[in-house]
Amino acid sequence: MTATTTVTTEQAYLLSHLETLEAEAVHIIRETVGQFERPVLLFSGGKDSIAMLHLARKAFAPARLPFPLLHVDTGHNFPEVIAYRDAVVAEHGLRLQVASVQDYLDRGDLVERPDGMRNPLQTTPLLDSIEANGFDAVFGGGRRDEERSRAKERVFSLRDEFGAWDPRRQRPELWNLYNGRHAPGEHVRVFPLSNWTELDVWQYIAGERIAVPPIYYAHEREVFRRRGMWLAAGEWGGPRPDEPVERRTVRYRTVGDMSCTGAVESSAATIDEVIEEISATRLTERGATRADDHMTDSAMEDRKREGYF
Amino acid sequence: MPLPSLLRFATAGSVDDGKSTLVGRLLYDSKSILTDQLEAVEQASRRKGRDTADLALLTDGLRAEREQGITIDVAYRYFATPNRRFILADTPGHVQYTRNMVTGASTADLVLILVDARKGIVAQTRRHAAIAALLRVPQVVLAINKMDLVDWSEDVFVAIAREFAELGTDLGIGFVAAIPTSGLTGDNVVTSSCHMDWYEGMTVMEQLETAQVSGDPSRTPVRMPVQYIIEDDGLSYCAGQISDGVLTAGERVVVLPSGKVGTIEAIDVLGEEAAVAWAPQSVSVRFSENLDVARGDLIAAASEPPVLSTHLRTTACHLHERPLKTDDQVLVKHATQTVPAVVTDIVPRTGLADLTCQPGSTELAVNEIAGVTLRTSEPLAVDLYSQSRTTGACLLTDPADGTTLSAAIIVGRSDAHAPSEAAS
Repeated sequence: MTATTTVTTEQAYLLSHLETLEAEAVHIIRETVGQFERPVLLFSGGKDSIAMLHLARKAFAPARLPFPLLHVDTGHNFPEVIAYRDAVVAEHGLRLQVASVQDYLDRGDLVERPDGMRNPLQTTPLLDSIEANGFDAVFGGGRRDEERSRAKERVFSLRDEFGAWDPRRQRPELWNLYNGRHAPGEHVRVFPLSNWTELDVWQYIAGERIAVPPIYYAHEREVFRRRGMWLAAGEWGGPRPDEPVERRTVRYRTVGDMSCTGAVESSAATIDEVIEEISATRLTERGATRADDHMTDSAMEDRKREGYF
Repeated sequence: MPLPSLLRFATAGSVDDGKSTLVGRLLYDSKSILTDQLEAVEQASRRKGRDTADLALLTDGLRAEREQGITIDVAYRYFATPNRRFILADTPGHVQYTRNMVTGASTADLVLILVDARKGIVAQTRRHAAIAALLRVPQVVLAINKMDLVDWSEDVFVAIAREFAELGTDLGIGFVAAIPTSGLTGDNVVTSSCHMDWYEGMTVMEQLETAQVSGDPSRTPVRMPVQYIIEDDGLSYCAGQISDGVLTAGERVVVLPSGKVGTIEAIDVLGEEAAVAWAPQSVSVRFSENLDVARGDLIAAASEPPVLSTHLRTTACHLHERPLKTDDQVLVKHATQTVPAVVTDIVPRTGLADLTCQPGSTELAVNEIAGVTLRTSEPLAVDLYSQSRTTGACLLTDPADGTTLSAAIIVGRSDAHAPSEAAS
């Protein structure tokens, strides 16, 4: 073996990091459909679930997606995101189910929190929907780089009949063998984007020319300051009288409930500018934009144990 | 400019050899740590009464670990340089977590083993090297850490590096490099040391940036486990990820276990028709003939097919607290197939430091590695692990509750039709 021939043959069969991640995610999605009876894909209209849906459609093309989408609607979603969700569902002929936090509040089955945050309230409607529909595999767009307790999440994450995650019960995952066997009543959360970073997702969306909701790009918006973040003024309940509203050019790095998803000041109006901004940023995605993770050192771990993603 | 490639690597170290600090340093000095993460670590360090940021806190994920100050599970980290993206499987150092190193090493292109320069090669180092050899991780890098505590001594470094090189040769590890480092001061982690002029080799980061990413697919016969059959408009497509080799349109392949031979009519690489596809691409393929193919089948090069076997000789690492015993009924999860099997024998294996079971034992305890023979209820299309990390590996699971029990690599098999390659 000479150095020259090695280089030549290696070059012929190279894959970029995004091609490698794409092949891995499609493998995970196909394994899930091969091993489970009733998978469902959690779709929020956020960039991670958009990338995941795109991968899922590619995994089964030219046939249609062999499972439905589920959206847990907090009732305080950005209208632009709901419009995007409905357009995507119509364009690709997808099946969508919606679990509504507002319905639970209206019935009195859930109570609004004093701080007005609705992300923590999503868990009950999600688990009820999983149980009522008999979903045995639930695709989520979670990534291990998002937060410390997610760094140890499995690709196939086993949940008990209460939807709870026990770090000590998680199965070792070796090679690319994903073990989906579970007892009746249990389900498995599946994370095809486990090994992706925020930058990977954006580069993939750019490379595949996938549309995203307009709030990911810089726009003018009425915002106010709370807990060090710019929150959108709107019907969901902000601002309080002591919180002055300003008009600023912002964009969103994550899309969640309006009560706890902060905007970042940004002039990034195109996907290339967004990628440039993320490459240069010195704050994590969740650190910059999520009030609900700021509460304690173990905030995410605690919510995962309760059945949140 | 070529697109960045993806390197998967694992770290392994003993207790208190400074692995968390060195990994923290790797992330910090490569500017992969962002302001809010660093502030959180600085605050936590101050609460613990320390003056400077404890970089180890960057990588300790779960609350139990932070409270106990140890790492108890495989944690995955992500960072990048302009040329390469890295996935790091950060595995714990304690002997009772051997299974975690096995997990991390199973997908790694490279393993970074740490030793404390004051202690040199210890029992746990031998175990880590044995696991890297067993799982055929192609590249092993030894970081001789805490060089600041041995006065940056070249003699200390050379003696440890030489001893490890001999160990590597004994175990059959292909490529070994040794690097003198200090995670605390950052010497030779990302930036070159100004304390060790005598060392002219690469830093840890340079080693990671220039390491080989996976093997050359053209050297191995093609394998593609079938995951799913896509039916559309009267046509059938076999969907799967090519695990080894190169698949070419027009190629004659065999489908196992049926043994039917067919021709690949067309290859689709996620929406693009391709004349050729290779590992690890996910594809769907259509046959010229009307073959009956299902999930669990294996598409393989007709010229060099795997062997159909019901008797597997494996080396298995036990992963679960409940021991594996002779005569246990298990499920063998192999590629996209799962079949019932029975454990017919458990024997100690040599060359594994002290990781193997006791001679005469009929059971395998958690974290032990031994020879395990299996008789499957149906023939599996298997390669040896030395030929394929996919078709040469399997998991043993509990038929009752699905628990993953053991990870097994196939080291011998009998031919279901002509028992010639029988376990010897």
